[in-house]
Amino acid sequence: MGHGRSIGLGLLMGVLARIILLRSDYRQYPTYPHGYASHLFLGIIAALVGAVSVPALIEREWTAVTFFVVVAQQFREIRSMERDSLKALEETQLVARGADYIESIARVFEARYYIVILVAASAAYGTERGGVLLGIVLGVLAFAGSASVIKQEPLWMSVEVKPAKLSFKGAGLYVDDIFIMNVGLEESRQTIVRYGIGAILIPKTETARDTLANLGQRQAILHDAAGILGIKKDVDTPEYTPMATRHIPTGRVGVFMVPEERDPQLLVQVIRRTPVLESARGRSMYRRSM
Amino acid sequence: MEVTFSGIILCAVTDDGAKIQAIPAFVVRDEAARQEKARLLSRILKGAVHDLGDGVLIVVRH
Repeated sequence: MGHGRSIGLGLLMGVLARIILLRSDYRQYPTYPHGYASHLFLGIIAALVGAVSVPALIEREWTAVTFFVVVAQQFREIRSMERDSLKALEETQLVARGADYIESIARVFEARYYIVILVAASAAYGTERGGVLLGIVLGVLAFAGSASVIKQEPLWMSVEVKPAKLSFKGAGLYVDDIFIMNVGLEESRQTIVRYGIGAILIPKTETARDTLANLGQRQAILHDAAGILGIKKDVDTPEYTPMATRHIPTGRVGVFMVPEERDPQLLVQVIRRTPVLESARGRSMYRRSM
Repeated sequence: MEVTFSGIILCAVTDDGAKIQAIPAFVVRDEAARQEKARLLSRILKGAVHDLGDGVLIVVRH
C-alpha cells in the first residue's frame, strides 16, 4: 500500500506551519526576502522529514528512520546560523539588540523547525490511521499545542509601564525620581528636555523585578523602542544613547530616549509588548522550594 | 552593550589647570566658552561630556 497521501498531507501541513510562523511582526525580523527564501526552503526539508518518518516507522524501515533522525540533527545548526548573522549586524546598530535578545531570537527560530517536524509527523500519522480528515485535525492540534508552548510572554503581564517626565537637577538627568546620567553639555540638556521622552517600569512581582534587573532584558527594551520610534543620535553624540537605569531600592526602571517620533504613549506601548527573554527571566519564585 | 561600568576619560575642560592631573586638560576661564570647547571635543572624540561641578567638565568614552 502506498503512503503518498500521508506524506503529501504531512508535507503540506508542515510547510503551512512554517509559513504561518514566518509572519513578520513589529520587531521586523526577518523581513528581507532572502530570509524568507532560506527559511521556506529549510521549512520544506523539515516538513518532509516529519512527513516521511511516520510511514517509514509503520513500514519498519529502520534505516530510513535512523537517517531522518540524523537529518533532524541538522536543524540544530539553525540556531547558530541566526545567532551569527544577528551578531554580525550588532556592531553597526546604533542601539544594539544585546546578547540575550539575539540568543532568544535564535532559539525561537530553531524551535520553529521542530514544530514543523511535529506538525508534519502528526498530519502523516492521522492520515495513515484514519484518513485525510484526521490528518488535518491532528496537524492543526499539534500546531496549536506547540505554538502555545513557545509563545513568548510580553512584558506588560508582569510589569506596569507608565510615561514619565524628564528633568534635570544640575547636570543630572532624571526620569521622575530615577537618576539616569550626568549630562555635561548645556546644549545637550536643552535637546533632551525638548525632544526626549521617558517611561517608568514598575515590576508587579519579585520575579519581574529580577527580570528587569537583567541587562539583556533592558537592552532588548531599548532596541525595540529605538527601532519603532526612531532615535536622534549618531556616533558622535553618545549622550543621546537610550538608557534604562535601575532604581536599586525599589527595583523600578527608568527608561530615557531621544526619539524621532516624540510619542510617550507609543513608547509605553512598545515597552509593554517587549518579550520577556527566557534567559533574563527572574528566578526568585523558586525561593519557596528551597 | 551600552550599559557598562568601563569608561575612559579622554580629556578635561576646566577653569583652573591645577584641578586636573595626568590627563590632557584644556583651561578655559569663561563658562560659555568652556561649554563650546567641551562640545567640540565631544564631537571630535565621540565621547560624552560629564559635569563634575566646580568648573570641571570631562569627556568620557563609554
